[in-house]
Amino acid sequence: MSLISKDSPGKELLLMGNEAIARGALEAGISVAAAYPGNPSSEIIGSLAEVAQEMGIYVEWSINEKVALEVAAAAAASGLNALVAMKQNGLNVASDFLFNLNLTGIRGGLVLVVCDDPSGISSTNEQDSRIAAIPADLPLLEPSTFHEAKDMVKYAFELSRSIQNVCLVRSVTRISHARGNVTLGPLPDRRPVPYFDTAKSLSTLPASVTHPTAHRKFRQARELLKDSPFNRYEGPEKPELMVVTCGSGVLFSREAVQELGLDARVGLLKVGTTWPLPETFVVHHLANAKKVLFVEEVDPFLETNVLEIYARHNGNLPAIEFFGKKSGFAPDVGELSPGLVLGLLSQLTKTPLPTRDDRYSADAQDALHRFAPVRSLAFCAGCPHRASYWALKKALALDGRNGVVFGDIGCYALGVFATGFHQAKTLHAMGSGAGMAAGFGLLGKLGATQPAIALCGDSTFYHAAIPALINGLHHRSDFLLIILDNSATAMTGFQPHPGSRVDAMGLEARPVVLEDLCAALGAPPVIRDPFDLEDTTAAIYDLLQKQGTNVLILRQECALVRAKRNQARRKVEIDQTRCIGEECGCNRLCTRVLKCPGLNWDAGAGKARIDEAICTGCGICAQICPSRAIDVQEA
Amino acid sequence: MTKDPFNVVVTGVGGQGNVIASLLIGAMLVDQGYKVTIGETYGASQRGGSVMSHVRISRTQQLGPLMPPGVADLVIALEPSEAARVLGTLGNPSTVSVVNTRPVHPVDVICGDLPYPDLAELFAKIDSLSRESYFISATDSALELGNPILANIVLLGAVAGANLLPISREGLEKAVSEYMSPDKVAINTEAFVRGIDLVRGRARD
Repeated sequence: MSLISKDSPGKELLLMGNEAIARGALEAGISVAAAYPGNPSSEIIGSLAEVAQEMGIYVEWSINEKVALEVAAAAAASGLNALVAMKQNGLNVASDFLFNLNLTGIRGGLVLVVCDDPSGISSTNEQDSRIAAIPADLPLLEPSTFHEAKDMVKYAFELSRSIQNVCLVRSVTRISHARGNVTLGPLPDRRPVPYFDTAKSLSTLPASVTHPTAHRKFRQARELLKDSPFNRYEGPEKPELMVVTCGSGVLFSREAVQELGLDARVGLLKVGTTWPLPETFVVHHLANAKKVLFVEEVDPFLETNVLEIYARHNGNLPAIEFFGKKSGFAPDVGELSPGLVLGLLSQLTKTPLPTRDDRYSADAQDALHRFAPVRSLAFCAGCPHRASYWALKKALALDGRNGVVFGDIGCYALGVFATGFHQAKTLHAMGSGAGMAAGFGLLGKLGATQPAIALCGDSTFYHAAIPALINGLHHRSDFLLIILDNSATAMTGFQPHPGSRVDAMGLEARPVVLEDLCAALGAPPVIRDPFDLEDTTAAIYDLLQKQGTNVLILRQECALVRAKRNQARRKVEIDQTRCIGEECGCNRLCTRVLKCPGLNWDAGAGKARIDEAICTGCGICAQICPSRAIDVQEA
Repeated sequence: MTKDPFNVVVTGVGGQGNVIASLLIGAMLVDQGYKVTIGETYGASQRGGSVMSHVRISRTQQLGPLMPPGVADLVIALEPSEAARVLGTLGNPSTVSVVNTRPVHPVDVICGDLPYPDLAELFAKIDSLSRESYFISATDSALELGNPILANIVLLGAVAGANLLPISREGLEKAVSEYMSPDKVAINTEAFVRGIDLVRGRARD
């Protein structure tokens, strides 16, 4: 029995925002859920997958977000309720299909949850997805609490079924990855049998007919949302300042008002249906406003659209001063924080901020400066990527032609930093490392002399690198694709992918084997274990001397996956007599350069030591130690 | 808890189990009718970086997932320099700290770019920034129990033993069973009881 499948209406649980979203989908009676993992969205499908068999629903980790949306759309075209979830970057991948699906609509219910990551905490960008709702003519809801996330997703299915089109729900890191109280509702006991009615087609052609249909459905959504309980006003009737906010901004703003004692002066207009905005409701409240502050993440979406409503109703509304990102008052990048919202409110209402006493503050500053050393990004102890980057660095140095490493999305993206010895030189989108390397590999025809190397994880390979590999092979590009196969989608929580033997629900799946696939394309791969540094370095060097498109698979399980099995690990020890420390001349190769968290530099003794609480026994340090002072004992 | 809202920070380094520790605190309190919100901050890093959970507790309202500066009532630190980091921004003269004594060196220290603070001075600094502080050798106890990850539960036991939160062995057993899995109850309870014993043997102001 998992938390989200508890059949106990009225029970209050502590759920992660993503679990609340999943529970809302279960309460709406979904039959199908699909996604490609991506933080901060991963636990939505992850938690549904855990209960799939028990609940009698189908859940999959799809090969990418576009396919996930297509899988969900097939279910929704057959009268079922289907959920699809993705992060902001994923919406870009799914958009080609989304911007056609909106024209045909669906016959069941289809809710697309997109989880944005303001400040890019686990992302390469902090793109605001909400803008997509406007050209797609689709309604967009934004929850502001965990319980509301559950209720809103449930309602989104009702709305989707009513208008026979996709409904978008936008969450953010501070909702999806936070936890709070959620009161469970009832679970439905019956689901429809899927049936695709062939009497009518779901075709976009001609757009001159289907685009107006999409507009009609959108107007219907506007009508259904105009009195939505997800939009509320709290505060004095004629506030000195009105805060217009949505999503994570609601809790931060409410608390800042309380903290500054502004309850009688400041009102809160909480908007849950952010597209289309409830126009009459917005105009009604603007009529009582003198100053308006917009609090939202990341782009000025509410701000732009409220200002547009204000412009159209200008004749009937008072003069209002607007403060937000567009006015230059609030930061136009990054996520919200309580401190930021407190500062904005304090400034606009001329209310002093609470402060700590001076002596404590000085002591606290001292703690930050002297007692809290920076923790730079690093691969985990025993991470195979550290070994792969070490071998790559060595092979490129031996090759001597200043080879270019094109990076990609996954844990190994950290290869742009010191933990990957700064080897990766580009980082963009899923599969774009392979695509760029294939492109760079063609520049030899124009006189380029540097070798091209693409790095990509196993899951990323299936997601988006296969077309790039085929493109390179077809055009006879000279590049080396290195697939870092750690047997999981590690960055997002070890989800299975098309190479796995089990699927999301734990059922047997047919693995699409990496090496078979590459061989079938005409690039039979070389396979090495990155923990064998010498062998791996030699393989990379040899492949760099070969023309054409070549594939190297570096296969070693993710250290965290291995740790989960609680299997006995190899014991690594540094012989304190053989480690001659500062005398060695290696200049602390194992700690200064390799930077594995499993090692410590004992400055007092001037020697390296193993931290037995952290070391996972990979044995890389033993291979690079020039004094052979590190012993590895098999478990 | 004498205050509402009551703000707890559970801090440590990625992989030390602070997310589970905060989940269990939250689960035990939601079961007693509290509104609990938990937010996590991990800077730019999940691997080897600082990870901090804000656990915000109220009888009446669902608070935001992050607390404003300077309002922490209780800091539970799985790593001592992380306690200093949290107190630096969120601490105040009433904050109580419960701290694991075992350092985890940042890669910046391992590679020699930065020194790790002297432990005695670090503990003194934590103490000077706290109304009360408890230093617990949680990782050593966890290693004795066979897995360093249990240090988080040892610290929760210390929090219970010092009566800093209304949590108990029975509450932990229920929360582990419901939110993790029933087969993990025994080992976690053992770690929790170790923590209670440690703090009752070693508490100091």
